[in-house]
Amino acid sequence: MPLVEIRAVDKAFQRDSERVEIFNALNLDIEEGSFTALMGPSGSGKSTLLNLVAGLDRPTSGSVRVAGAEVSAMSPNQLAPWRARHIGFVFQQLNLLPVLTAWQNVELPLLLTNLSRKERDERIRLALGVVGLEDRMKHFPRQLSGGQEQRVAIARAIVADPTLVLLDEPTGQLDAKSSQDVLALLRRLNDEFRKTIIMVTHDAHAAASARTVLHLEKGQLIERQGAMA
Amino acid sequence: MKIPLIYNLRSVMQRPTSTAFTAIGIGLVVAVFIGMLALANGFRAALTRTGSDRNALVLRRGADSELSSGLDREAVSILAASPHVAAGPDGRPLFSAESYLLIPLSRRGADTNTVANVVVRGVAAAAWQVRQNLVITEGQAPVPGRNEVCVGRTMALKFPNTDVGQALRFGGRDWAVVCHFTAGGSSFESEVWGDAEQFQPVFRRQGFSSASFRLADPAAFEEAERALEGDQRLQVDVYREAAFYAEQSEVLGRILEILAFLITSIMAVGAIFGAVNTMYAAVAARAPEIAVLLTLGFHPRSVLLSFLVESALIALVGGVLGILLVLPVNGMVTSTTNWASFSEIAFSFRITPALLLSGVVFAAVMGTLGGFFPAWRAARRPVVQALR
Repeated sequence: MPLVEIRAVDKAFQRDSERVEIFNALNLDIEEGSFTALMGPSGSGKSTLLNLVAGLDRPTSGSVRVAGAEVSAMSPNQLAPWRARHIGFVFQQLNLLPVLTAWQNVELPLLLTNLSRKERDERIRLALGVVGLEDRMKHFPRQLSGGQEQRVAIARAIVADPTLVLLDEPTGQLDAKSSQDVLALLRRLNDEFRKTIIMVTHDAHAAASARTVLHLEKGQLIERQGAMA
Repeated sequence: MKIPLIYNLRSVMQRPTSTAFTAIGIGLVVAVFIGMLALANGFRAALTRTGSDRNALVLRRGADSELSSGLDREAVSILAASPHVAAGPDGRPLFSAESYLLIPLSRRGADTNTVANVVVRGVAAAAWQVRQNLVITEGQAPVPGRNEVCVGRTMALKFPNTDVGQALRFGGRDWAVVCHFTAGGSSFESEVWGDAEQFQPVFRRQGFSSASFRLADPAAFEEAERALEGDQRLQVDVYREAAFYAEQSEVLGRILEILAFLITSIMAVGAIFGAVNTMYAAVAARAPEIAVLLTLGFHPRSVLLSFLVESALIALVGGVLGILLVLPVNGMVTSTTNWASFSEIAFSFRITPALLLSGVVFAAVMGTLGGFFPAWRAARRPVVQALR
């Protein structure tokens, strides 16, 4: 059974007097343990699709199921704890709260769990270790490079061991070296820790790190298999 | 609250200027709020402290103040002989028939056009024992039969020619100031006391205004009240002295309190708008952060609470600022006309811990009100919109 099931999803919104249609009867399955890159031109609906999967946005019609739960039917009150349990999200930029240290940023999702202080500390240390930032724990975001900030954001996305990690243009603002580091980290999370990852990207090189690349064009999905480098 | 407080604390410190201005605005309102209530508080305290529960005050039936009361000598003799009057160590009744007179006097340092009505109280020698909280701080008590007066502490501060050794002129005569006295911060301290018998001819009085006496049994006040009010020869009303003076403070005390609430309410509206403005700016600037928190799974309720707490924190800083601003006025002496007696009464601003606490609570309420709508907006904003 797929981890993510998208069935007959329509998504449209009103721009002034014009109705803009993003998806029309979209269907998609994402398997557990997969690493999927979503590509497509601007306005093709990549980020919207990611938001639908995370329950940040609702389809106009159709169904979005994640880990057996009907996300599209949940109320905002149900969505908050569901997201805390199942989704790790990384944005393109402005990921971290600037007034909190790397450690405190990574701790945020754990504040929504019942873990003890000691257990939380262990998890944070482990997550920051996985992204290679054990020595930057007490640093504020302004004291980190763009690549380091993204790695802290990834540490925060995985620290609560979510079902699904979603990334929206994670390398969009990074230089080549930092991009390589982040992509290598994502591959490791998928290979070694079996994390299911969906990543939106413009960058073909970044997409090449994924196992599956999906192209979105005019609300339709075109799949290419075996893109793994 | 799941969003850590440190997030709010550090966010507030990120924008020191707007935070400081909001806190100062709230602080000023709190200072005025506490200051005005301290004024009302001090006024009430001055009059409440004037009387004693152990004393009774007798006025002509139907009179509502000492000014409008009158007792003839026969009534005074009957009252003094009452078994409800306690006796002093010398066996004499602790009873003082008193004349309540108003004289116009110029204030110290002011031009002669600004005059105030000052109470001149003609008392019997026993008055100094009947009022137990009286302390002569300088000089000796007036000797009966002489043109001597004793001046209350706050009266001496505000009016000229009231130092010991000086002569105070009123009623067409000079009166030697022979002492100063305190009376536990009560309104007696705004009065001039002298021998009632010396004042009678000067002010062309035949009788007295009132009588005060120590109750033989303070617990049996009702019995004394019944007996004296029931005596057809007297035609008097009997009050517990403390209750009578407390009632005298009612009208002006209430007006001062209403004024305090009215003025600070108007100011508070301005301060609340300041908080609203600051918090709206904070919410707008931190839209992506709010989106991140909501995406991580924090409940909109937690976001609402977090911003409310932040606003309340700024207000609390303002509250503390307000307290620091207003504390120096504590104990400062001011004066006004007591509407119950048309006389000048001096009293001190009286800031109590309860007043300080209400100032802090008032600040928190202003902050919470000011922060509510911005916080509500933050919590209700769709994540997708905030991320753009």
